[in-house]
Amino acid sequence: MWLALAGLGAFHGINPAMGWLFAVALGLQRKSRAAVLWSLLPIAAGHALSVALIITAVGALRAFVDSAVLQVGAALTLIAFGLYRLLARHRVRVGMQVGAADLMLWSFLMATAHGAGLMLLPVLMGMPIGILHHDHAHMAVATAVGSSAVTALAAVAVHTAAMLAVAGVIAIAVYEWVGLAFLRRGWINLDLVWVLALIGAGAILLVFAVW
Amino acid sequence: MATWKPDPTFYPSARMAMQAKPEKLAYVAILHVAGDKPDALGVVDLDPSSSSYGKLIGRTPMPNAGDELHHFGWNACSTALCPYAPHPHVERRYLIVPGLRSSRIHVLDTKPDPRAPKIVKVIEPAEVHKRAEYSRPHTLHCGPEGIYVSALGAPNGEGPGGIFMLDHDAFDVLGRWEVERGPQYLAYDFAWHLGHDIQITSEWGTPNMIENGLLPELLLNSKYGHQLHVWDLRRRKHLQAIDLGAEQQLILELRQARDPTKTYGFVGVVISLKDLSASVWLWHRPNGQWAVKKVIEIPAEPAEAEQLPPLLQGFKAVPPLIADINLSLDDRFLYVSCWGTGEMRQYDVSDPHNPKLTGSVRLGGIVKRSPHPAAGPVNGGPQMVEVSRDGRRVYFTNGLYRAWDGQFYPAGIKGWMVKCDVEPNGGLKLDPNFFLPAEEGYRTHQIRLEGGDSSSDTFCYP
Repeated sequence: MWLALAGLGAFHGINPAMGWLFAVALGLQRKSRAAVLWSLLPIAAGHALSVALIITAVGALRAFVDSAVLQVGAALTLIAFGLYRLLARHRVRVGMQVGAADLMLWSFLMATAHGAGLMLLPVLMGMPIGILHHDHAHMAVATAVGSSAVTALAAVAVHTAAMLAVAGVIAIAVYEWVGLAFLRRGWINLDLVWVLALIGAGAILLVFAVW
Repeated sequence: MATWKPDPTFYPSARMAMQAKPEKLAYVAILHVAGDKPDALGVVDLDPSSSSYGKLIGRTPMPNAGDELHHFGWNACSTALCPYAPHPHVERRYLIVPGLRSSRIHVLDTKPDPRAPKIVKVIEPAEVHKRAEYSRPHTLHCGPEGIYVSALGAPNGEGPGGIFMLDHDAFDVLGRWEVERGPQYLAYDFAWHLGHDIQITSEWGTPNMIENGLLPELLLNSKYGHQLHVWDLRRRKHLQAIDLGAEQQLILELRQARDPTKTYGFVGVVISLKDLSASVWLWHRPNGQWAVKKVIEIPAEPAEAEQLPPLLQGFKAVPPLIADINLSLDDRFLYVSCWGTGEMRQYDVSDPHNPKLTGSVRLGGIVKRSPHPAAGPVNGGPQMVEVSRDGRRVYFTNGLYRAWDGQFYPAGIKGWMVKCDVEPNGGLKLDPNFFLPAEEGYRTHQIRLEGGDSSSDTFCYP
């Protein structure tokens, strides 16, 4: 589970659209390696917020919706969102004169619009997050809420840490040694890969739900 | 459809774009002088090893007459790599070709056959008028999140002029760009400092001030544009107006430093009412505020009254009339078109505050009619100038604006397109094998090069 969350974090970190490229650009604009690193922090925070939103939603829905229904719902959401991503053409203009708040908001919007949090759904479904619909009744509610919150926070932390680490390594490597020329060939269409990942995640979830 | 890898003509920086292979094709706006036959987009062979080198090898007529093709541009360019709105898997494929007089916008697909672009969409003038409340679309640039088009005025021919946007994909008119216009009223060109979220715009005149010719009473009363405007590109807000002085008239082409970390650029001024000189000004940001200073002044050349058109006879001098400028991708050479005197100048602007004249080619001109090796004396003068990405070749045409051409060249301009070769450390000479005359009854205007040129792309990385 945790490994899967970290792996998806790394996968998100690789994507230039999730922020490392923005960090490199700001470093180049300000001629400062520190600017590369500092920019990544609010970018990671924005990403974490977007993921936390989905985790919270999962936790909340679990309290009211039967888990099988939730699972099918999540699967269909993923597939629908993947298809929508095929057609989506929203472009946010932010600009290059940005502060930490701008970067965080930008990263939150990018992660949300790309469905970064949604991609985690199959993993989240298998984790003890939220209070399950059918065990409401008894004594363990308080403990369950506590441990569920800890698990949820840990999930966000593991995912974001992996994303930040990978994005950080790529950003510094590109800023210091590789240069941007490699983007001309190396920037494969990750949006398409994401569509496949989203639809694939939905399909896996659907199979498990129906099993 | 999205591609798997970025379009190979997109470059993160201008420096990298200079490594591009030499262009093999040019696209050129061809306009019918009388206006009763359709204009066309021409395709010119630029491959020196080809038997049709320097010849028109393709021609796509527009669906209507009287559009007056003028400037045009690509649907997508290196701004697709900008970090905050990345979408590098689109193609530089469509040429967006507005009619300056008709306000009709054509979309031409160069993909299946770059030598025979096909019209795939036409945006009718009413659509532009309704959605943007602008008309007379002029300059066009591919921006990070859409296509920006400047417009000279409102549908009724008055001001204000401004900028409207087209979306990248369907080429729908999205509406006007400005949120807070401030005192800006006249419009012409625009340029971006993407690293600083700054847009600069310049001033010509409203459609009613220009479409019936240059009006001497407006000119002599300094009614044409004489200001630059600085905008917050992100918030779409006017920040500052910079007056070059009322005697400076017609503030046209803007060429910002290609390096997005820099905060300077050059603007050409057509004429000074004081002495008919033309000038290039540097805009820069010395201490937080934007400012301008004149860095190049080209004086008028004395002439006999009988050599001059009626408009100029009283002055006994031929004005240089800087009608276009262009800057190489390494920010090193500035090209200055003197349409009146018939001269293309090259300046080394490595130190933008102190340009040094490094090259000059004489061709045409109101008085001199300097010859081309392949054609003898020609008329018109160097005007729309485009520089190859590697900076080694410069192409230019000789028509300014149909309604004004005859006031300066009463015999009627015979259209042409020529090429100069550039020495790596400065110096300019005409290619004797490249002289493309326009077809009878037609004139040429802006040139765009296949894969991009020095004014088609804006870059997000230094």
